[in-house]
Amino acid sequence: MNETAQDQDTGFHTEDMTISVGPQHPSTHGVLRFVVKTDGEVISEAIPDVGYLHRSIEKIGEKVTWHGYVPYTDRADYLAAMFANQGFCMAAEKLAATPVTRRGEFCRVIACELNRLASHLISVGTFGQDIGAMTPFVHALRERETINNLMEEICGARLTYNYIRIGGVGYDILPETCTRISEFLDHFAPIVDEFNRLLTGNKIFIERLAGIAVVSKEDALQYNLVGPNLRGAGVKWDIRRDIPYSVYPELEFEIPVGTGHIGTLGDSFDRYWVRIRELQESCKIVRQCLKMLPKGPAISKVARKFKPAVGECYVRVEAPRGDMGFYVISDGSEYPYRVRIRTGSYTAMSIIDKLSKGIMLADLIVLIGSLDVDAPEIDR
Amino acid sequence: MKPLINSLPETVFTTKVDDLLNWGRASSQWYMLFGLACCAIELMQTGGPRADLDRFGAVPRATPRQSDLMIVAGTLTYKMAKRTKLLYDQMPDPKYVISMGSCSNCGGLFQLAYSVCKGVDKIVPVDVYVPGCPPRPEALTEGLLRIQDKMMRERWLVRSNGSMEEAAEA
Amino acid sequence: MEPSEIFARLEKQFAGKVSDFKGDVQEPYFSVDAEAILEICRFLRDDAELKFEILSDQTAVDWPKEEKIQVVYHLYSYAHRHQIVLKVDLSRDNPTIATAEGIWKVANWFEREIFDLFGVIFEGHSDLRRIMLPEDWVGYPLRKDYVEQEEYDGISTQRAPLVDKLMR
Repeated sequence: MNETAQDQDTGFHTEDMTISVGPQHPSTHGVLRFVVKTDGEVISEAIPDVGYLHRSIEKIGEKVTWHGYVPYTDRADYLAAMFANQGFCMAAEKLAATPVTRRGEFCRVIACELNRLASHLISVGTFGQDIGAMTPFVHALRERETINNLMEEICGARLTYNYIRIGGVGYDILPETCTRISEFLDHFAPIVDEFNRLLTGNKIFIERLAGIAVVSKEDALQYNLVGPNLRGAGVKWDIRRDIPYSVYPELEFEIPVGTGHIGTLGDSFDRYWVRIRELQESCKIVRQCLKMLPKGPAISKVARKFKPAVGECYVRVEAPRGDMGFYVISDGSEYPYRVRIRTGSYTAMSIIDKLSKGIMLADLIVLIGSLDVDAPEIDR
Repeated sequence: MKPLINSLPETVFTTKVDDLLNWGRASSQWYMLFGLACCAIELMQTGGPRADLDRFGAVPRATPRQSDLMIVAGTLTYKMAKRTKLLYDQMPDPKYVISMGSCSNCGGLFQLAYSVCKGVDKIVPVDVYVPGCPPRPEALTEGLLRIQDKMMRERWLVRSNGSMEEAAEA
Repeated sequence: MEPSEIFARLEKQFAGKVSDFKGDVQEPYFSVDAEAILEICRFLRDDAELKFEILSDQTAVDWPKEEKIQVVYHLYSYAHRHQIVLKVDLSRDNPTIATAEGIWKVANWFEREIFDLFGVIFEGHSDLRRIMLPEDWVGYPLRKDYVEQEEYDGISTQRAPLVDKLMR
């Protein structure tokens, strides 16, 4: 494919260029590499090359104990560490039939939804930075600092929490922390409006996003897109509503779905819009949980040498990047036999090759940012 | 940082050439964005509004050709090791490396893994090690200040004017 | 539909090729013969009452004591909200199976990872090469009898002595 259609018209000899985008690049989210074959500025093929952050988390699951594996799940997706903790602990509890205290369940939901806020802030902020808007990124970092402070009060760590343990949570949430969380939520609601003024209503932003990289419903199901990518394509599916777990059935919140009100249904703007709406819905969930927080112990008694029954189970949680599935096999000993983590970003990468044919190089950056892939989820 | 000596109120001051050069270099360390894993997020937060690295003159550069500090933030895998060496070689002299976080210091909690390099000092020479998992922004700022101290101790005139043996010793 | 009904429907259609239904466990599953996997998957996806349009996960488990590598398919249906698990047993010496890429496109990437980490060959796959590890890596790490190499590309893989004791 060395000659283009131009050759017949003008007689110029043209060739495709092969460019390597990454692995060190300011706008790939983590260490990803794309081998891009372009005809000038228009891409003919973009092949993803992953594995630069493969830390063999699945193999380490066979070498450490059940309790000792929880910090490794933090690193499986460090922007949504609480959800990975929760998924693994739910799988272990299902295998051993361990009950979780009611206060522990509410603490889990509060911590998880705060983490969803932090993750979506980074996702939206870095997306704006890739497009060229530097200011919203710095605002997102500023808000995230307050959330990091709250997380530090709750569990002692800013990024990799190791908070959700088997049988409940590691530390109780104190009343002073609850007051500070509600003060933060009151402060945060106008910030989302500020984001909308800076980014969502911005003409340049809309022109860059509307109609780019449209994902149809059939493709979303065939390529198993999950989370905001699936909801941006118009499919109303959320694990918290459709395969509920924890105390989500008792909470009231909406599931935002892309409507195509700007551009086409399933384009990059819809996926971005779903994330902005989810910021608002998570605030609602945290407020309800703070009101409904019951008294009691935060963790139930679990043996130090945790030995669940022989068996296997598959547990799903709704992480910010979609449905994170944990397939855990136990052989009755204090070490798991096999831990498998299925993440949303891995399947989102599989669709990039198809969506990138015919778009420009700058649109590839928009595509990667709107799918919100990140390297630790892909490589684990 | 040693103060500039012998300053007169009419804006004329005398100092050593070495101190002046080092003061300029240390107050404008441009670091290359080499965030690999979780520590990269804390690196971004350190460059953010609260723990600002820009007040020390450190701005992030995307390309190695324009930077003189490489902050290796995150886990180094064997697949990435060759590219790390390539990026280090592309940086112009004089260059420094901060190893941020446990994973790049020694492998961290991923020493049980089969695909992780047990420390970035097997690939590039490291000047300052910052411990933590991930290190707090204050810890990374302290690492940057240690690099400043290291820069202030360097001597240039002896190397360029002295004999070959003296230059080799410096 | 209940898992036992799903299995009964499949048994009627493909007698002899599905077996070993376990219904009283956390995730009900049944075994499938390796030769019949493609037609069974196509039936599961297209049949109006089953309609498993999502391949949630495809992975492999190594059972050295029973001398098999097991490929596991987790299927889910958004339309009917039921799920089922398929298991296929392959020999450890030469694990080969047909690719499900033509049925669910996401199987492309799942199978590349299984090939990379377990060494299972998928016949008919459009692009079967390593995905997580470097191209010149030797061995399949997630197998239970994997031995690490001494060095890779000139970098030694030696661990600190204390950590060596933790390696199981």
